[in-house]
Amino acid sequence: MTRQQAQKIAVSAITAAAGLVVLPIVLVIVYIIVMGAGAINWTFLTALPSEGMTEGGIMPAILGTVILTFGTAIVSIPLAIGAAVYLAEYAQDNWLTRAVRLAIVNLAGIPSIVYGLFGLGAFVLFLKLGTSIIAGSLTLGIMTLPVVISTSEEAILAVPQRFRMVSLSLGATKLQTIRHQVLPQALPGILTGMILGLSRAAGETATLLFTVAAFYLPRLPQSLFDQTMALPYHLYVIATQVPNMPLTIQYGTALILLLIVLSLTLVASVVRTRVRRRREW
Amino acid sequence: MADIIEVRNFTFFYGSFRAIRELNLSIRANQITALIGPSGCGKSTFLRSLNRMNDTIRGTHVQGEVLLDGQNIYAPEVDVTELRQRVGMVFQRPNPFPQSIYDNVAFGPRVLGMDRTQNLETIVRESLEKAVLWDEVKDHLRTSALDLSPGQQQRLCIARTIAVRPEVILMDEPCSALDPVATLRIEDLMRELARDYTIVIVTHNMQQAARASDWTGFFWLGELVEFRETADLFSNPREALTEAYISGRRG
Repeated sequence: MTRQQAQKIAVSAITAAAGLVVLPIVLVIVYIIVMGAGAINWTFLTALPSEGMTEGGIMPAILGTVILTFGTAIVSIPLAIGAAVYLAEYAQDNWLTRAVRLAIVNLAGIPSIVYGLFGLGAFVLFLKLGTSIIAGSLTLGIMTLPVVISTSEEAILAVPQRFRMVSLSLGATKLQTIRHQVLPQALPGILTGMILGLSRAAGETATLLFTVAAFYLPRLPQSLFDQTMALPYHLYVIATQVPNMPLTIQYGTALILLLIVLSLTLVASVVRTRVRRRREW
Repeated sequence: MADIIEVRNFTFFYGSFRAIRELNLSIRANQITALIGPSGCGKSTFLRSLNRMNDTIRGTHVQGEVLLDGQNIYAPEVDVTELRQRVGMVFQRPNPFPQSIYDNVAFGPRVLGMDRTQNLETIVRESLEKAVLWDEVKDHLRTSALDLSPGQQQRLCIARTIAVRPEVILMDEPCSALDPVATLRIEDLMRELARDYTIVIVTHNMQQAARASDWTGFFWLGELVEFRETADLFSNPREALTEAYISGRRG
């Protein structure tokens, strides 16, 4: 084999490897659309489940996922931005900074089922919040912290130093500089991180298991201290726990979940590309 | 003519490195003072000491005094943000905020709360007029400052500095990123501004110092070698080192 032949073979192999990455995502999406699209109609999106969930719709699960996503945002976003500003702008190399960074790395590495157990112990039982939207939001919020903190910190650090200098040189305080120059300029990057973090939370199952999710709830949640159904857990339930479950309902549920998560990811990448274009200063 | 800034036995350290050594110097009000010298001689460090921008670098400390209107700006009771309002700065590269022309100029007055007692639009207009930019931008104040040419951007930065009503304007090689025409416009502008403000400019361009300044200080290895009226320093330098530098034999 000549060197040129070796080169050709290697390039083909590398290209194939890159192409193979696309294959699973395309297959998953196509498969779920083919299997599930038939189930999607107005009733499916807006009705309560009936006949032991084998008929009717999945509206409570969709609503539950939307509520939990908002709850997660309310818990994690203020904490994450605060932590990111601290790390990017104020942190000195001391034990507190090291402890915070270590905590973030470790939070990111914890399996979601462990978060679920933590939520059960800390929020459901110890704080006596019960299995509730609020306990689930708190747990999911903590789970999303590492992603949102890391991306926000990166976005803040990406704001060129010269703008901080100019702002300070005009007599602004450090807080004013952060509030009026750094954060607005970092906002698109922060938003991207938030949305990615939230899309992960929206698809989370194990965490919900002990903290919020109802197996089957024939009514909508009445308050933050109520349980709720949620799409990922509902999917798990109907796929494994319910006998004689029609396949189209299972795949239809999967399709709705996929659409919610993918549209969040899509929004994130649109925001990101728009920022890149704008950042040609 | 009064001295607005008086520097007494001023020494500046980065960690243990002494960047400026026992500097003594007086800066006259409403005059243009140029600081020249080779790279690393301490002139930019000195400039940034005058509004304490060096405070943002960790591990720096100073000895001696810098008096602004008789008050030591390194005294513990000094409010650094107020000092920086009084001693403004124009940087080497034009660095407008990625915002509109209007918002760039309005930023300083807003953070200082000047807009509570004065009309912000008037401040913006007057600042842009003083920076000789008003006629070029008055019809598109709400468009991005980044669409301006580099020369216009630098005049915008000057307008932004003026907007907070400083007494002194520090300029750190303000023309080094500009073409010769834009450079001359800035120099004309400095002349205009010197009627209302005291200007201290660091420059690598000796023609610029000779053309545009009233006083020139020559820095060498962290020391002020010679400080005199510009015409005298360039035509008749006292120190051999100064002569060697301005004639291009050292540096």
